[in-house]
Amino acid sequence: MFDGLSAKLGEVFDRLKRRGALSEADVSEAMNEVRVALLEADVALPVVSDFIAAVQEKAVGHEVLNSVTPGQMVVKVVHDHLVEMLGPDDAPVNLDAAPPVPILMVGLQGSGKTTTAGKLALRLIQRERKKVLLAGLDVQRPAAQEQLRILGEQAGATTLQPVIGEQPLGIAKRALDVARREGFDVVILDTAGRLVIDAELMSEVAQVRAAVNPAETLLVTDAMAGQDAVNVAKEFNEKVGVTGIVLTRVDGDARGGAALSMRAVTGVPIKLMGVGEKLEALENFQAERVAGRMLGMGDIVGLVERAADTVDKEEAEKAARRALKGQFNLEDLGNQLKQIRGMGDIGGLLGMLPGVGKMKKQMQAANVDDKTIAHQQAIISSMTPKERRNPKILNARRRKRIAAGSGTSVPEVNRLLKQHQQMSTMMKKMGKMGKKGQMPGAMPGMPNMPGQLPPGRG
Amino acid sequence: MSGEGEGEGAATGWRARLKSGLAKSSAAVAGAINDIFVKRPLDAASIKDLEDALIAADLGVDAARRLSQGVAKTAFDKDPDPADIRAFLAANIAEILDPVAMPFVPDDTCKPHVVLVCGVNGTGKTTTIGKLASQFQAEGRSVMLAAADTFRAAATEQLQIWGERTGCEVIAAAPGADAAGLAFEALQRARAQNIDLLLIDTAGRLQNKSDMMNELKKIMRVLAKQDAAAPHSVLLILDATTGQNAHSQVQVFAEMVQVTGLIVTKLDGSSKGGVLVSLAERFGLPVHAIGVGEQIGDLSPFAAADFANSLLDVDA
Ligand SMILES: Nc1nc2c(ncn2[C@@H]2O[C@H](COP(=O)(O)OP(=O)(O)OP(=O)(O)O)[C@@H](O)[C@H]2O)c(=O)[nH]1
Ligand SMILES: Nc1nc2c(ncn2[C@@H]2O[C@H](COP(=O)(O)OP(=O)(O)O)[C@@H](O)[C@H]2O)c(=O)[nH]1
Ligand SMILES: [Mg+2]
Ligand SMILES: [Mg+2]
Repeated sequence: MFDGLSAKLGEVFDRLKRRGALSEADVSEAMNEVRVALLEADVALPVVSDFIAAVQEKAVGHEVLNSVTPGQMVVKVVHDHLVEMLGPDDAPVNLDAAPPVPILMVGLQGSGKTTTAGKLALRLIQRERKKVLLAGLDVQRPAAQEQLRILGEQAGATTLQPVIGEQPLGIAKRALDVARREGFDVVILDTAGRLVIDAELMSEVAQVRAAVNPAETLLVTDAMAGQDAVNVAKEFNEKVGVTGIVLTRVDGDARGGAALSMRAVTGVPIKLMGVGEKLEALENFQAERVAGRMLGMGDIVGLVERAADTVDKEEAEKAARRALKGQFNLEDLGNQLKQIRGMGDIGGLLGMLPGVGKMKKQMQAANVDDKTIAHQQAIISSMTPKERRNPKILNARRRKRIAAGSGTSVPEVNRLLKQHQQMSTMMKKMGKMGKKGQMPGAMPGMPNMPGQLPPGRG
Repeated sequence: MSGEGEGEGAATGWRARLKSGLAKSSAAVAGAINDIFVKRPLDAASIKDLEDALIAADLGVDAARRLSQGVAKTAFDKDPDPADIRAFLAANIAEILDPVAMPFVPDDTCKPHVVLVCGVNGTGKTTTIGKLASQFQAEGRSVMLAAADTFRAAATEQLQIWGERTGCEVIAAAPGADAAGLAFEALQRARAQNIDLLLIDTAGRLQNKSDMMNELKKIMRVLAKQDAAAPHSVLLILDATTGQNAHSQVQVFAEMVQVTGLIVTKLDGSSKGGVLVSLAERFGLPVHAIGVGEQIGDLSPFAAADFANSLLDVDA
């Protein structure tokens, strides 16, 4: 919805060609853009105001390095402060108590508590060789206990057998008794979703917490949450007491500003993030990754990881080296297209790339979508290996044959060839540029990685 | 949801719940507006603060700006009564929302009227299906449910419990079965039994996952094979706690599966679904109903003025 913050700030500073230290006036104008960017990312208003005040102070008088523009400099200050406020990255799930160690999951309806309980069980079993008991305290949502049982089975954990009519507090106490008796290391208590204005249910979960004294009370929240997240976190922290936050659905395309709000208002660390529906899709929180996304700079880490999952690394590195030397042939392009398709949706991928706001529009205008890419793949696979390695030999007759073979048209083949030509020129340039120093951190530049998207057709 | 089938008691029930939910949550924005104007004149600074207050209700930067500029341009007293400002804003918002407030009315000439229910994870799809089934049955229609969420653990069992609560038949398959195949079979059965309404539950999916969005398209295609007009309705379920990402959700789902209407859930909470205002402006999709609780009766028609008034704590 907004172009990357860096692009916006670029516009602000384009108007001021001055160099040197950042003046108060420059920074104030830039801060308006930062403010809008954070609000659009769903960071809560009071948190935005505090954030802006702090960054303003840091940025004024900051010397602008020669190699970067004032806009980039401000983005770096903003980004670094954001990372600092979101962090730390390495807050572990605390198991520091006499076994069985209770962990309590709390949050709104549908935030991902049960799934996260299953994911956490899997992680503790696999990485720490713990014996884990799952207990379902959700007697509200239909089939909630069955959901937990299935997830527990998948994770290799034991799930406490439900007793009809038993209430949450009773279930929690029984779970601990069973765990003590049967020598479990960890007991994960999954609770029903509840609204913070539901006083009765809030006090119910507070009672559970008081009774079992968990080593961790994890507030599970959705990365898509809006402005009210700050209120939700505050209420859960005040009424129940929270020791850590889990951010779910980080695999979506939300900017995730709620994370900053909740972190700021509770003071407790964000410990984990959910990046998919499968039980393996749980990661330690990474502030850099969420910060970049919040600022519209893209989730470069996420993109690289998804690339790494689908890409043959050696092959990719070889291609990247060739590309930077300007030896990027159609075989490489074909491989890239395959990888792009393997990584999923183009729109989603674009959202992950840094500074991509403008490019996204161009690509949309140019109609680059999954179908286009499928056509391009078909064109390339209708070529002979020799043609792929040396596109220069593609005369009119060969182009006609390829169009027929791939079920496309000669203009489409021509477009692809032109595009390949442009790409290889661009990559050659980038290869040269990449040798000059780039600002670390804030502007992750264009990575030398596979899956670089081809420019739009036409 | 045309409201005919509702008893008086139920109607007051949900109104009270909606109001109590929205009232508590509206305290924030209404209170903020009161604070802004109680001792201050209407000037650039207070208008800016008003804009902020609206942003804090998830209205988004653009809509908040436009609405507060509307206040700036209107001939209020120099020291306006905050209540007047709230009433003015509520009227403006109601005007924006009024064109999209449309009850969901099944076409009884379709046997069955097929409704595909979709949305991102955890928004309340399955629960809303249970509530819809109950309402339409109460209105005398025969309703069948299809458990096409074959992915999430115990999703089928969850829908089956709603089937028991409402007395509707639930068509289900084994976990991991092909969702489109299940939907196809359900439509076959519904046609054979001359069912009025077939509600198809689908797995939650994030709009940026193309493989899962394609699965949804496939469900659409196989339904159309039996009845070219099916699905007759595609409902997108939005969670009121969602922020600006709701725009991306509506945009992508609408593009991929031709959404015909929205239902906003969890409005009994402290979030008010303020994003709905800019969604209405941008997409103009009908808003059929709102979810105001976890129980079977907790679904109410979407009424623009009620929503706007509760949002700004205005007594109608
Ligand atoms: N307070 C409140 N809770 C609701 C409402 N609608 C649904 N819920 C709750 O939200 C949670 C998720 O609801 P589901 O119906 O399972 O959501 P879903 O979209 O089917 O979820 P997935 O299939 O897992 O993607 C459950 O705990 C519901 O009870 C509502 O209007 N208000
Ligand atoms: N894409 C994605 N979906 C998730 C994630 N965590 C949970 N979900 C989904 O969100 C929905 C609700 O999750 P659930 O654990 O039942 O939520 P609860 O009501 O809080 O217990 C389910 O469809 C889950 O599969 C995540 O990190 N990414
Ligand atoms: Mg649950
Ligand atoms: Mg469901």
